[in-house]
Amino acid sequence: MLTTQLLNPHKWVDNHADYLYAFAMSRLSDEEQARDLVQEVFLAALERSDKFEGKSSERTWLTAILKNKIIDIYRKRSPGLNNLPVKAAEQEQQDFFYEDGHWKEEHWPQEFGLNTDDPLHEKEFNKVLQHCMKKLPALWFAVFTMKHMEDESTETICTELKVTSANFWVIIHRAKINLRACLQKTWI
Amino acid sequence: MGPIKKIIYNCKRATFLIEKKLIEGLTLREKMELYIHLYGCSVCRVFDKQSALINKMVQQLFKSSNDDKIRLDDTFKQGLQHRIEEELNKN
Repeated sequence: MLTTQLLNPHKWVDNHADYLYAFAMSRLSDEEQARDLVQEVFLAALERSDKFEGKSSERTWLTAILKNKIIDIYRKRSPGLNNLPVKAAEQEQQDFFYEDGHWKEEHWPQEFGLNTDDPLHEKEFNKVLQHCMKKLPALWFAVFTMKHMEDESTETICTELKVTSANFWVIIHRAKINLRACLQKTWI
Repeated sequence: MGPIKKIIYNCKRATFLIEKKLIEGLTLREKMELYIHLYGCSVCRVFDKQSALINKMVQQLFKSSNDDKIRLDDTFKQGLQHRIEEELNKN
């Protein structure tokens, strides 16, 4: 028996589908996957509707289910998470820095000249930002998104994605350096 | 090389500290290290500013994708609601 007093599945699509879709799109950047997820979320929600206690809003509850599914996808996208070669990632830093830790001249950060007061300008920048995020390796993208978009705790991210704390910091550092470099290259 | 001298010349370490600062904060010692480095390194000062800006923009991505009205098409939505009704009728 559905708790129809609390949940109204007849209105789910009207009330929440676009929201959930945008939520998934901003975190997956994949239309087909995002669509599929919205459907999966509704079906999963129906199955466990008896577990809904009405402590949160319907939307919050559906979004929580969606978040878990997104993490599942992050996991699937980055196989062999345990074996992430930290050494290799650290060595790759050499692309940007000399051995003594100095920036290589060709990678010096330069001003973006971004005007955040101009919505159009900012919109363009967002596009470039998404483009550059997509280019990150899957695991880095997952760690980066969970941290900076979701504001998940470091502990949760490490547990969910099976990353050690040392790897987490290497990835966070590395992802930002790459992302920033891509922004500079594409934007300026 | 002493620890302070080390940080003065190490941009890789400084950029790491900038990330750490943004995520969980720095110890007093680390704060000092970074402060000294940034004082003398204009390149890392640009990185520092941009790194915080990037975080802010990433947080806003979802909001802006909502404003842009990223929407599912109506046919898909109709099919979806139909599917839900079917499931509901099963019970």
